[in-house]
Amino acid sequence: MLRFIASRLLQSAAVLLAVFTMTFFMIRLAPGDPFASEKSMNPDVKKELERQYGLNESLSVQYWKALSSYGRGDFGLSMKNQGMRNGKIIRDSFPVSLIVGAAALVVALAIGLPAGIIAAVKRNTWLDVGPMSLAMIGICLPTFVMGPILIAFFGLKWRLLNVAGWFEPTDWILPAATMGLSYAAYISRLARGGMLEVLSQDYIRTARAKGVPGWLIIIRHTLRNGLLPVAAFLGPALAGITTGSFIIEKIYNLPGLGQHFVSAVFNRDYTLILATTVLYAALLVAMNLVADIIVAWMNPRVRLSS
Amino acid sequence: MRRFLVALLAGWLTLLFSACSGESINATEGARRKILLVNNKDDPRWLDLHRTNSVVENNIMLALHEGLVVEGATNERDPDPGIAASWQSNPQKSVWSFQLRPDARWSDGNPITPDDFIWSWQRLLNPKLAAEYSGMLFIVKNGREIFEGKLPPDQLGAKKTGPHSLEITLTGPTPHFPQVLCHSIWCPLARHCLEKYGDPLSALNPWTDDGKMITSGPFRLKTYLFRRYLEVEKNPHYWDAATVKLDGIRFYPITSEQTEDRLFRRGQLHITYNVPLDKAPTYLHDHPDVIVNDPNLAVRFYRVNTKRKPFDDARVRRALGLAIDRQSLVDNVLRENQRPAFGVVPPMDGYDEVKGFSFDIAEAQRLLAEAGFPNGQGWPSNVKLHIADSERAIQVAEAMQAMWQKNLGIRIPIRMEDYNSYLSSQQHMDYDISDAGWNADYYDPATFIDMWLTDGGNNRTGWSNPAFDKLLEESGQCTDAASRLATLRKAEALLLSEAPVLPYYYYTRTRMIHPAVVGWTKRLLDDRMWKYFDLRYPPPPSSMDGELRRE
Amino acid sequence: MTASASLVSPTHDSVRGRSLWQDSWARLRRNRAAVAGMVILSLIIVVCIAGPWFLLWQPDAQDLKLKAVPPGTTSLVPGTSITATHWLGTDSLGRDLLVRTLKGGRVSLMVGLIATLVALFIGVSYGATAGYVGGRTDAFMMRLVDILYALPFMIFVILLTATLGEFVEQRFGNSIYVVFAAIGAVEWLTMSRIVRAQVQSLVRQEFVEAARSLGLPSWKIIARHILPNVLGPVIVYATLTVPAVMLLEAGLSFLGLGVQPPGTSWGTLINDGAKNIETSWWMLTFPALFFSATLFCLNFAGDGLRDALDVRTAKD
Repeated sequence: MLRFIASRLLQSAAVLLAVFTMTFFMIRLAPGDPFASEKSMNPDVKKELERQYGLNESLSVQYWKALSSYGRGDFGLSMKNQGMRNGKIIRDSFPVSLIVGAAALVVALAIGLPAGIIAAVKRNTWLDVGPMSLAMIGICLPTFVMGPILIAFFGLKWRLLNVAGWFEPTDWILPAATMGLSYAAYISRLARGGMLEVLSQDYIRTARAKGVPGWLIIIRHTLRNGLLPVAAFLGPALAGITTGSFIIEKIYNLPGLGQHFVSAVFNRDYTLILATTVLYAALLVAMNLVADIIVAWMNPRVRLSS
Repeated sequence: MRRFLVALLAGWLTLLFSACSGESINATEGARRKILLVNNKDDPRWLDLHRTNSVVENNIMLALHEGLVVEGATNERDPDPGIAASWQSNPQKSVWSFQLRPDARWSDGNPITPDDFIWSWQRLLNPKLAAEYSGMLFIVKNGREIFEGKLPPDQLGAKKTGPHSLEITLTGPTPHFPQVLCHSIWCPLARHCLEKYGDPLSALNPWTDDGKMITSGPFRLKTYLFRRYLEVEKNPHYWDAATVKLDGIRFYPITSEQTEDRLFRRGQLHITYNVPLDKAPTYLHDHPDVIVNDPNLAVRFYRVNTKRKPFDDARVRRALGLAIDRQSLVDNVLRENQRPAFGVVPPMDGYDEVKGFSFDIAEAQRLLAEAGFPNGQGWPSNVKLHIADSERAIQVAEAMQAMWQKNLGIRIPIRMEDYNSYLSSQQHMDYDISDAGWNADYYDPATFIDMWLTDGGNNRTGWSNPAFDKLLEESGQCTDAASRLATLRKAEALLLSEAPVLPYYYYTRTRMIHPAVVGWTKRLLDDRMWKYFDLRYPPPPSSMDGELRRE
Repeated sequence: MTASASLVSPTHDSVRGRSLWQDSWARLRRNRAAVAGMVILSLIIVVCIAGPWFLLWQPDAQDLKLKAVPPGTTSLVPGTSITATHWLGTDSLGRDLLVRTLKGGRVSLMVGLIATLVALFIGVSYGATAGYVGGRTDAFMMRLVDILYALPFMIFVILLTATLGEFVEQRFGNSIYVVFAAIGAVEWLTMSRIVRAQVQSLVRQEFVEAARSLGLPSWKIIARHILPNVLGPVIVYATLTVPAVMLLEAGLSFLGLGVQPPGTSWGTLINDGAKNIETSWWMLTFPALFFSATLFCLNFAGDGLRDALDVRTAKD
């Protein structure tokens, strides 16, 4: 196990380096530049700005400088947000996304898993059709439709919660619900599919034939294998959930991290794109590692290969 | 397991309470405490006045800073005294002297002196600062040379002539100089503040942080929470503090029109930045007392790339311009009482619209046929209409495409790009027809006309006409306002007759204004004189009380 | 392990295989929900492809006097003297919503189809190979997936559009194919993870060991004995991929990277509709209905397919 984790950490470092390098060069190839504006810029002004942000040097020099500053833990200066350090932008916004994301994950699992498991066990009854139809509706209602609907009722009609903003300790509820419900729909479908697969296996039939009570079978024998697809899906999904969503942050006007992933790209804020991407990559490899360990724990047949 | 979950929950709660910073104020509470809640669309990119270049930043700068003169309280074209109590010019309108108020103070109580102005302008012109708006100061003698590094900063045509007086020498006659001076970029910065925190030219100088920043205007910076809000409070040292009625203004960075609309209806905002496209007509009809819909000194137009075929032929360009039904566009697509634009300069006091275009299908078809495309035959299929990804631009482009198809028989596909790619294509003239807009920097038609000079940075159409350039040069020599405007009109008419630009509407700005707000005035430049605003408590009744009063 | 063991009888491959498919087909036909799903889905596809030819309205024809009129309004078709009805109302430029929804369906269905095919072919074979081979190859393959996951997708699309957009448009008539390619390029990643996790749990099962000891080549073991056992999750995830990519396409479109106006897609229509929900309910309702009907049908069909192909369940 320890050897496995150590080797995965090494691999992760390689992944991060590859992502860093590819992102660095990809953004420079894209059309546009960080100082573009509707009004033309005096060429001297532009040259000076480029000098200040080190863009006048050759790409390889810039690359090495960026890489070594990342090595020191310095994510550079944002090009679009007044002399702000990217590290500070992330420190300010990441907690917001983490709070909403964690709550959304709880919502997603609390609704998605039981719904999927019950649907699989009570297959082709109304306990299957009901939750699965709801899940389908959840999938069909994208967040940019679900969000406004939730706000229309809880915010504008009943006036229970704020319609947007990040001030009060209840302001996470609607965004988390919006995000969680869409993931719940996915999780319930995956859980149902995985469970059905396992429930038809011979060892379950054997256990049933032996007269083990139904629910005990499910808990003891099927959950581990049946939820494999969910675990595999959750690895990458977790990185997405915790880093926030552009659409949800826009609808609810949250000061989260998700918006920077999109706006940095559209502003060609080279350094911020790099910082957010590397952060996302780090989370992703970490979550995938956790997911792989969970998969191995859930299914002893899976050997962790180092 | 249970302990682990409890620890997770505790961690989450700690995070929750540490991340919820700032205090929520609703509109009623704001009215009671005299704090105006304004949506400002986005965060400012810079709080350093000299580096600012956007409307978002300008709205905040107008609260924090004040210059020699300010836009008039009632008539924006007629400047009011600011830090200067009075001013005169020589008969050629090229040398201007200003008498500063002896009681003018920075927000920390130190006096504002003529040296502060001169130092600020020298900083703005310092090439190391790389300020986008430095070009505004090129009308001051030696301004351009200093920016280009050819002359030392102390050669600037601005000098102290007494403890409270200042003289500015311009490059030529400028009868509209007071109007130009109203722009916030001319406001002074506190040298003692900038130098206290490091190199005044450095982008990392923290002088604009809350608690550090010192400014000259009716308000001073109180708190700035990135992506949450920026709040200013009344500046007790401001010379005209008695006039300032608000205790503070909060600028929110809400980007979504739908979100700000919901916040307004929930009673959380006093002034919105916009109104959602589909709702403006309904609101204008049902809630005329809550909505403001003001004309704006700004024009929307299509640039035409005169370096590409078939647009190297002025007849083709004119044909496209004549085949647009601007009235229908404004009435049916835009629907916020915008005015159809037949010239590039929006109508303003003293300058009526030059109607260089009309809606004339027959003439358009005739020109197109003359240019070799009778009924659109032979029209190249690779000519495209280039737009950015905004809802309005898309709808307009779709309508425009249909009009050209119907009236001229030509099909022009739309090429939509993300905003930054779109700007880059426009800059590099990698387009055929490109959507664009222009806001006035100051109250004068020249701000819309001089951009079309040969090789002007904002021309971007490749169009060049020596006669036009000469007319503009002549207008720069006029000492008399009337003859100057007449020359400018001639230049505009010439520009429109060759049609490198196809104007189609003059902007309006539509906003929701809470009934508690007092002091909103129609202003073509849309510069808000925050010091005249007030809030009434309790708010008077309005047609939206069904929603607003429930709070 | 009788069922699994019976699968490994190399001598009767062809005979067994055919009867297995026939069995499945018969089971599928008996599943009413699945049949209904498939029928309606085919209908939607046919209507989206052929419908616009039979409607009098043109998808781009505007009638600014009839903007945002509710369903059922009858008016003159522009340029003719025939009157026709806007069965689903019009959008904010007075264009018929029905014909636009059908036209948009083409784009959305196409995106869904391409992404699913890519996810099925690349994702399944990639994930199965990684899971089966294991060891260093697996580690390398999965880290490659991690890298592709982490790269900023939007920059990828911007780059692709900037470099290939013009070329693709001249060659194929529409730059939307670039977006199809971009979506296809990332949509197989999650699928490969799911398949790999499943395969890993299968490689150590007795029937695979048996097949290996019989000396079957790896690709045959994967194709014959492993893939049929991961079909369940694969089909479920494939049916989840379709709505995800249709919405992804919409997301790209309103960031200026997808369908070029006046072209449209279900995602774009739903987004427009969501913005107009308080003034014109039909602009959201109808495109959303088409969208959800497609997804419901896909799910019923997918579930039926899964059951039909699952030997074990069928024996119950």
